[in-house]
Amino acid sequence: MFEKTEALKKLFTEKVAKATATSDIEQLRIEFLGKKGSVQALMQELRNVPNEGKKEAGQKINEAKQYIENAITEKIAELKKFEEQKLIEATESYDESMPVSVDYGSYHPITLVRREVEQIFLSMGFSVEDYSEITDDYNCFEALNIPKHHPARDMQDTYYLSSNQLLKTHTSAAQNTILRKYKSNLENGNPIRAIFPGRCFRNEKIDACHENTFFQMEGIMVDENISISNLIYFMKTMLSEVFQKDITVRLRPGFFPFVEPGFELDIQCLICGGDGCPSCKDSGWLELCPCGMIHPNVLTAAGIDPEKYTGFAFGLGMTRLAMMRYGVKDIRVFNSGNLKSLSQFTEKSFTNPSNESKEA
Amino acid sequence: MFVSINWIKDYVDLEGLDVKKLINQFTLATAEVEDIYVKGEDVQNVFVGEIVSIENHPDSKKLHLLKVDIGSKQVNIVCGAPNVRLGMKTAVAVAPARVPAGEIGITKIAGYDSEGMCCSAKELGISDDHSGIIDLKTDAANGTNIKDVYPIDDIIFEVDNKSLTNRPDLWGHYGIAREFAALTGRELKPLKLGDISYDGDYQVPVTVGREDLVYRYSALKMDNITVNESPLEMQIRLFYCGMRGINLLADVTNYIMLEIGQPTHAFNANSIDNIVVTTPKEKMKFTTLDGVERDIDEDTLMICNGDTPVAIAGIMGGLDSEIVEDTGAVVLESACFDGVSVRKSSSRLGHRTDASARYEKMLDPELTMDAVGRFVEIVKSVDPGAKVASKLNDCYTKKYPHIQLSFNKQYVDRYTGIDISDERIIKTLSSLGFGVNYNNGEFVVDVPSWRATKDVTIKADIIEEITRIYGYDNFMITTTKMPLKPVPNDYSRLEDEEVKDILVKKYALHEVNSYIWCDGRKYKKLGIDVEDNVKVLNIENSENGVLRNSMIPTLLVMASENKDFSDSYGLFEIGRVVEGTKENGYANERKHLGFVLFNKNGDERKLYFKALEIINCIVNEIKQVNPVYKKAAEVKAWQHPKNTSIISVDGIEFGKICTLHPSNRTKFDKTGAVVAVEFDMDSFNTVGARSIAFKEASEMQSIYYDLSLVLGNDVRFEELENCWKKENIAELESVKVIDTFERLGIRSITIRFNFVAMDRTLEMEEVQKNIDAILANLSVIGVALRA
Repeated sequence: MFEKTEALKKLFTEKVAKATATSDIEQLRIEFLGKKGSVQALMQELRNVPNEGKKEAGQKINEAKQYIENAITEKIAELKKFEEQKLIEATESYDESMPVSVDYGSYHPITLVRREVEQIFLSMGFSVEDYSEITDDYNCFEALNIPKHHPARDMQDTYYLSSNQLLKTHTSAAQNTILRKYKSNLENGNPIRAIFPGRCFRNEKIDACHENTFFQMEGIMVDENISISNLIYFMKTMLSEVFQKDITVRLRPGFFPFVEPGFELDIQCLICGGDGCPSCKDSGWLELCPCGMIHPNVLTAAGIDPEKYTGFAFGLGMTRLAMMRYGVKDIRVFNSGNLKSLSQFTEKSFTNPSNESKEA
Repeated sequence: MFVSINWIKDYVDLEGLDVKKLINQFTLATAEVEDIYVKGEDVQNVFVGEIVSIENHPDSKKLHLLKVDIGSKQVNIVCGAPNVRLGMKTAVAVAPARVPAGEIGITKIAGYDSEGMCCSAKELGISDDHSGIIDLKTDAANGTNIKDVYPIDDIIFEVDNKSLTNRPDLWGHYGIAREFAALTGRELKPLKLGDISYDGDYQVPVTVGREDLVYRYSALKMDNITVNESPLEMQIRLFYCGMRGINLLADVTNYIMLEIGQPTHAFNANSIDNIVVTTPKEKMKFTTLDGVERDIDEDTLMICNGDTPVAIAGIMGGLDSEIVEDTGAVVLESACFDGVSVRKSSSRLGHRTDASARYEKMLDPELTMDAVGRFVEIVKSVDPGAKVASKLNDCYTKKYPHIQLSFNKQYVDRYTGIDISDERIIKTLSSLGFGVNYNNGEFVVDVPSWRATKDVTIKADIIEEITRIYGYDNFMITTTKMPLKPVPNDYSRLEDEEVKDILVKKYALHEVNSYIWCDGRKYKKLGIDVEDNVKVLNIENSENGVLRNSMIPTLLVMASENKDFSDSYGLFEIGRVVEGTKENGYANERKHLGFVLFNKNGDERKLYFKALEIINCIVNEIKQVNPVYKKAAEVKAWQHPKNTSIISVDGIEFGKICTLHPSNRTKFDKTGAVVAVEFDMDSFNTVGARSIAFKEASEMQSIYYDLSLVLGNDVRFEELENCWKKENIAELESVKVIDTFERLGIRSITIRFNFVAMDRTLEMEEVQKNIDAILANLSVIGVALRA
């Protein structure tokens, strides 16, 4: 029996060495270990072995069986590894640089800039207010200390409507409404801090620099002791936040009937830093936003006592800001609906300044 | 407006000061300076010379060979000017020299050396006169530098007129000089006014017919005027400030206007003996001195001589009463007209002049007397023989009230937020011409007449005067201190923003902005009619005048214009529309969301269901509820009669989805599919959002049960839905459509019902009971299991 088991082991070893696929192994398993396999055949022969040799012969057969089982397991592992290796070799190495088609939507650039600016104001305790596009003479002019026949009404060529109303020429048209809305809050010791973004309309010929439909944002702050000093501080802080860098501002007298004193606020040119360049017409300064102390008549028109309360107001040209932010040269892009231009504004609504500086 | 520093120096001593710095200070304290021009820099080596010999050029009819005495020597000059004259004094650029026209060197002209150039006024940059070389009337010795004789060196700065809108006092040099005086702390010299006294009784008769439109009308006659040309010094100033020398009397009136801001008019005295200031009874034609015939209406204030109109008040004189060369006698008008009236007349005429621009700003009526005094002073200084030939007729019909303002130091401190000393306040206001009465922190201020016509009326105006001269750059800036309060939130705004995020980030739509009015021409291309609505009255293109009552046509237009962008895209806008008028006649403005999906190759049904998915997503994300759809009973002509539906929640109908009528769809694109959706966001914002009703997840095994049903054509899914909803099966966890198809005109649908209980594993019998109930309900509406 010893010879037989050794011969069997030898035969198996020879055959297993030739196996090249897991299917060959399965064949071998059946041939050697199956119910009609060689090992089983030896087991049958065990009957003929004398009793005293039975135990030893049985051990030998079991040993051979064990040997074959182990060898099969090993061989299967080896072949699997080999087959996997072949699979890996046969696999395509993917080209990540292939263009991947993803549909991105886009925000209107005004939305992006508006959200960014709103976020800044919200962080400073301002509420964001909504106001209609159509308003009336009272709100757009009268309540803003712009009486009839005042040249300011000529300066802003107004679209008048058949409903005896007009398309608002400036976001200041919301001042009266917002001041009234928060008047009682104010009198209970809550200062008014509000911004109101909105679309404005002026009867102008459209060209690369002029639109008859554009976006502004107005802001007001009213409390018992708001001063010019506060106004300058606030504008500088707010604009530094908007432009993500320390901004130098200067104020010049500016005439707007709804503020007194009124200012034109210039910022030091962001491109040349004040040395003078084409974009600031060599002056070193960019005229950015009108602002001023709210005219007592405007407060009075909203029922607020100008002897007790003072405040400031300012306007930000959102369309202008968007042009500066994205380098848009032609204002007509904004209302064009041209997706070749507008679909580029996919960016998220805030920009991490540290990322931006890395790119630069 | 151009301002000459030389002219300012007549009234403020600027000796030792950096002029450019001062001009910058003026920008920061008063009005924006747009440009600075240094005049005379480019006039070098130009001298007074006398022509001492003239020979004709042998080969040229035009050229002369001159010898010009320039004191130290004589220079040879080849000159082509027609007006050369022996003994004539002129300006000679002696090579190497520079004039604005260019560098002058020794050159050969037509075979002869020319050692310089005799200059015309234009070549010197002091006039646009190029008719000949300048004929100098000067006693200066030959060889004197021309710049020592004439004020060619000057600094001119241009002030942005817009920033002077509210400052009538700054429309002349004297007012600007006052600002310079306040900025430098130096004295403002008084205006030199001539003696206007007259021995006789004669007055030019003046009748003011429209006292509502005239503040003051002063008239004075002068005669015996023999000089016709104004001095070169005056012409240079006029030219540098953007005007042109004409003749003495016209130049003097212009000079006065540039100096003190008061327009005056010199009438030829031959045509004036009875001034009437009134509006015409009927429309008429009138020819102004620029030779243009203009239409005058009944609202335009005119100056007439008796019944004959001679000038448009405050705008321009007439041709017939113009000063001509031999005018020896003039009637000077120095008047203050109503600014609004002048502005309206000038805009009706489409004719704005330097005079009307000033009147519009509401001039100080006190100025008319200064203008008369300056006129007499200047005319007499040029033409000593000229005489005042009438008593002044001064009709002061309307006066501005005197304004006095009181305030205290605390008021100034509170408004400015800084501490400006009492002395500084007093000094600033005084230097600007305010009368200041000060007593222990209390100020009483008299506003000068030139600031009292509209500009300074309340004490806040005084703050501006104090602070602008103090300098905003000098302000100590401080933050406000505010109580800690939450910021009120506007949920409708937040919902708008979320809608935008969903559309952009989830569905890759593109946000656009469009105009609030309809573009009739573009609508027509899509076969869409502009519906009657509130109109813009004064829009340039009348096809654009009607305000939109829906976002969709504007967005369809935009979508149709983007077909070269991509084969498939969607765009949206949240904007305003007007749905007719409200009870009070005002426009009913609504905030709408509109979006349009387009697919060049897509089938419409697929696109329609995409739109439904977007709608359902928006409504679910924001309101946590499913919208309900109902076919619209009425549709617009461009909407598809079958596939236009109303979207609602809780009975609030806030939206519409539609495809286009085939006629319009084919105009949009021959093969493509278009779906449009519109939300009234004002309504949508009022839909109550559901709060999340948390339900614990069952740990029990759930049972799926699929039903494949055959639908009749008219059956809507919501009817099927009703069949299980009305059973109120607590264990029915979810219902999903897993397949739909249509074959041979028969619609089939496979629905998967998922049952689960919280407390037990469901038995099949229990589930089957529910399914049977559902099937029974379905059979009532004619829906059966597929065979």
